[in-house]
Amino acid sequence: MPGALRHLSYPFDGLSEQLLVVDPHAPNGPHSPRVLIVPPLFDEMNRMRRTLVLAMHNLAQRGIGSALMDLPGANESLAPLETQSLASWRAAVGAAARSFAIDAAHADAANAVALNSIPANSTAPLVIASVRGGCLIDDGADAAYRWRLSPAKGSRLLKTLLRTRIAGERVDGRTVTAAQLMALAQAGPIELAGNRIGPDMAAQLDGALPAPLPATEPARAVQLGSGADCIAGSALWLRAEPGEDAAMAAGIAQDIAQLLA
Amino acid sequence: MQADAAVRSVLVDVLGLDAGQVAAFDADTELFGAIPELDSMAVAGLLTELEDRLDIEIDDDDVDAEIFETFGQLVAFAEAKQG
Repeated sequence: MPGALRHLSYPFDGLSEQLLVVDPHAPNGPHSPRVLIVPPLFDEMNRMRRTLVLAMHNLAQRGIGSALMDLPGANESLAPLETQSLASWRAAVGAAARSFAIDAAHADAANAVALNSIPANSTAPLVIASVRGGCLIDDGADAAYRWRLSPAKGSRLLKTLLRTRIAGERVDGRTVTAAQLMALAQAGPIELAGNRIGPDMAAQLDGALPAPLPATEPARAVQLGSGADCIAGSALWLRAEPGEDAAMAAGIAQDIAQLLA
Repeated sequence: MQADAAVRSVLVDVLGLDAGQVAAFDADTELFGAIPELDSMAVAGLLTELEDRLDIEIDDDDVDAEIFETFGQLVAFAEAKQG
């Protein structure tokens, strides 16, 4: 059913991880582009999720299908977070892209039968759209187009996680430093802001930067704000109380659609 | 960016406060305890955003509850870090 949410899965590390799909209302031709959304990391994902799903519905109205992937250990995933790292998440992006491409090919074939046209062998172009910390792992799959919103450095995400733990300890009358927590994190998983962060994750986050956007593919990075290469909205990923922003979701969808135009 | 403007914009973005409400804050406006959105988790995001927007470094050892008591104290703390 067009416009409805559909649950697809991708296999990863022996488990089935969720891809939340919104099919296009009326596909733009037989091989309409598909957008794979790589979400922000940790709490920022929860805070952005509703607005990202709104953006997916907006894309569907523009004839563009999309999927929002669960990262292993996050959202509905049954995988333990403490064994994940940026490297495993990068591999998960590749696995999600493969499953989504197969699903898109099936949908295109069914659509071609319905339209009584002959399906071509080529597949729908894949767009990878990543947000915040998702930009650190979005190079896990090949894509025809790349789009990024407010790319985050790993060190800044890690610092915020460490600070949340430090502030929480202080409320309980204990003092702990970021250096002490990082030393603990080298030995085994530690709890930071409700996340079990393993040694590999802590070490990889510390120096992680978004991969340079390839010069050979159409690509675009946007920030929040007004002016060129900006979309209007507020930093929902920072919000203590998650909200949703329909205008920002529409801005995200419009900007992605323009990249494809 | 001026510390005053940065602190106001971060309060709007991180806490989701109404921009008009934050524009009316003065030095004596109480923050911690008076604004329910400002909890220990929000404090972490707020400090990291202040660092990014003002291009400053904040040592967590320098952070105590006092700086979040009033708007004026938070601005003064940010200004001191700007040097």
